[in-house]
Amino acid sequence: MSREANPRSESRLDAIREEATRTGHVAGSGLAASASPTPSSSPAAGYYGLPLLKAPVWTWEVPLYFFAGGVSGASTAIALAARIAGRAPDLELAALWIALIAALICPVLLIADLGRPSRFLNMLRVFKRQSPMSVGAWTLAGFTGVVIVAVVADEAMRAGLAPAFTGGVTWAAEILGAALGLVLLSYTAVLLGVTAIPVWSENRRLLPTHFVASGIGSASALLELFGFLVPATQMVGFIVSAWETLVGASIELRARAVDEPLRRGRSGWAARAGGTLAGPVALLLRIFEGSSPGGRELAAACFLAGALITRYAWLWAGRASSANPRALFDLQRQ
Amino acid sequence: MSVSAFLTDPTLCIGCKACEVACKEWNGLPQDGLEWSGFSYDNTRRLGASTWRHVLFLEQPRALGPQIAAAEDPFRWVFLSDVCKHCENAGCLDACPTGAIVRTEFDSVFVQPDVCNGCGYCVVSCPFGVIDRRPDDGRAFKCTFCYDRQKAGLVPACAKTCPTESIKFGTIEEMEQRAEARVAELRERGYSDAHAYNAADTSVGRTHALFILLGEPEAYNFPPAPDAPAVHLRSAWTMALVSAAVGFLILCLAFLR
Repeated sequence: MSREANPRSESRLDAIREEATRTGHVAGSGLAASASPTPSSSPAAGYYGLPLLKAPVWTWEVPLYFFAGGVSGASTAIALAARIAGRAPDLELAALWIALIAALICPVLLIADLGRPSRFLNMLRVFKRQSPMSVGAWTLAGFTGVVIVAVVADEAMRAGLAPAFTGGVTWAAEILGAALGLVLLSYTAVLLGVTAIPVWSENRRLLPTHFVASGIGSASALLELFGFLVPATQMVGFIVSAWETLVGASIELRARAVDEPLRRGRSGWAARAGGTLAGPVALLLRIFEGSSPGGRELAAACFLAGALITRYAWLWAGRASSANPRALFDLQRQ
Repeated sequence: MSVSAFLTDPTLCIGCKACEVACKEWNGLPQDGLEWSGFSYDNTRRLGASTWRHVLFLEQPRALGPQIAAAEDPFRWVFLSDVCKHCENAGCLDACPTGAIVRTEFDSVFVQPDVCNGCGYCVVSCPFGVIDRRPDDGRAFKCTFCYDRQKAGLVPACAKTCPTESIKFGTIEEMEQRAEARVAELRERGYSDAHAYNAADTSVGRTHALFILLGEPEAYNFPPAPDAPAVHLRSAWTMALVSAAVGFLILCLAFLR
């Protein structure tokens, strides 16, 4: 570095000295060091634009759990509906098996996400109505037990083991399993909705409808991929894809500032891609190619992929939302 | 047992960060990185799992109270030591599924480190963005309100070390009265934007950390109208159960048709 004086700076210093001598005061805002923005803390910028809220610490296991729990819970509801109708015993048993396998994956994902996995049993240390996570943990525990009973009893009944008794147990286990399954399917929306994260909290009424439609649609799509191309799964496919189309359209058309993470950035692209696959793409495939098995299977695969992607989109949207204090200020100043 | 509270006053704070140091030392907290933020003299930046007191440094183009120098080009430097609010309706406490987060006899909110399993639900449930999970440890941590010291009849470490009594500690009634009196005094002396930050009128309820602020709470990263997330429990659960019931009805219709 040269130690020679910079003539521009020198003349500026002379000018400051002259002004100070003459007026006893120097006007002007001073010099900003190059490449360093003058930091300012203001109501508009917040505290230097730093996040007010903490970002969700949940990792990739949690959205996958939301997906698996949704499939599992919805499958028991499908099994019970099939049993009430009494027309699709094979589909009913397949749905129970899907519910069981998905339910057994859930705790693995949840435990892996804990900061202290060895303390997973603390989840069942107390029951707290005001904590959706506590309600969810107990629901999952009870649900898994009931689904095991349902699968064992249904298989035993089909094998002809004390059919009167095992048939009765199957009915009871399926009714209880569907009740708990519907809670398992929908509580994850409450889990997100009842937080301080603006994009989740402000969608607490939309999220349950989305998660329920997405879970039921995924379970139904999975059954279709396992070969159950019955009219019922086609009708379910139509309805859930139509609903997912409406959910996506409402997020886009309402264009709320708080929903920006669902429209911009990585989370926005994931939300749009997932919503499009599960919504319009699956719906159009069913409308135009629904008569062919290949078309229905493709629609089912699109729906499953879309449902999985949107679960990740909601977690990523939560992270983006937590990092934006501006959106929170605007909401709270309304 | 007395129900205690902090009152933190930025007009007395000199930005020395003794409270941050005292908190770290007394509670044996690990350091959380030595990085230059470029934001005034604040390299701490935020409260976190290992930072339970945080001195904010606000640089604003405004006059400080009765300041008369540089009237055409005002500038002020405001310091404030932030801390967990210890809410009456605490989001973290409601969210905690293990019962690790409890209410103490001092009415503060305390995380029991031997119970917490690091589920992370408290992190997204705090409307003030205070509690966080320590990555290398896996558990959630925040200000304990020096539960150990209060148990022994001592003042919390931060309040004890504050050299200017910017951090006051006493019963909640006393602190609320002192906040009001101090705001009145400051306004009389020309600090026209001085006010008490108190969430008592919101769903969060009374907090055990009161603050006097100069100007809007947003500039301090304080939520202007915080909500305890639990107030939405009823509407969220209603919507969830109604959606699930409608979903089941549709399934029954599809299979019975």
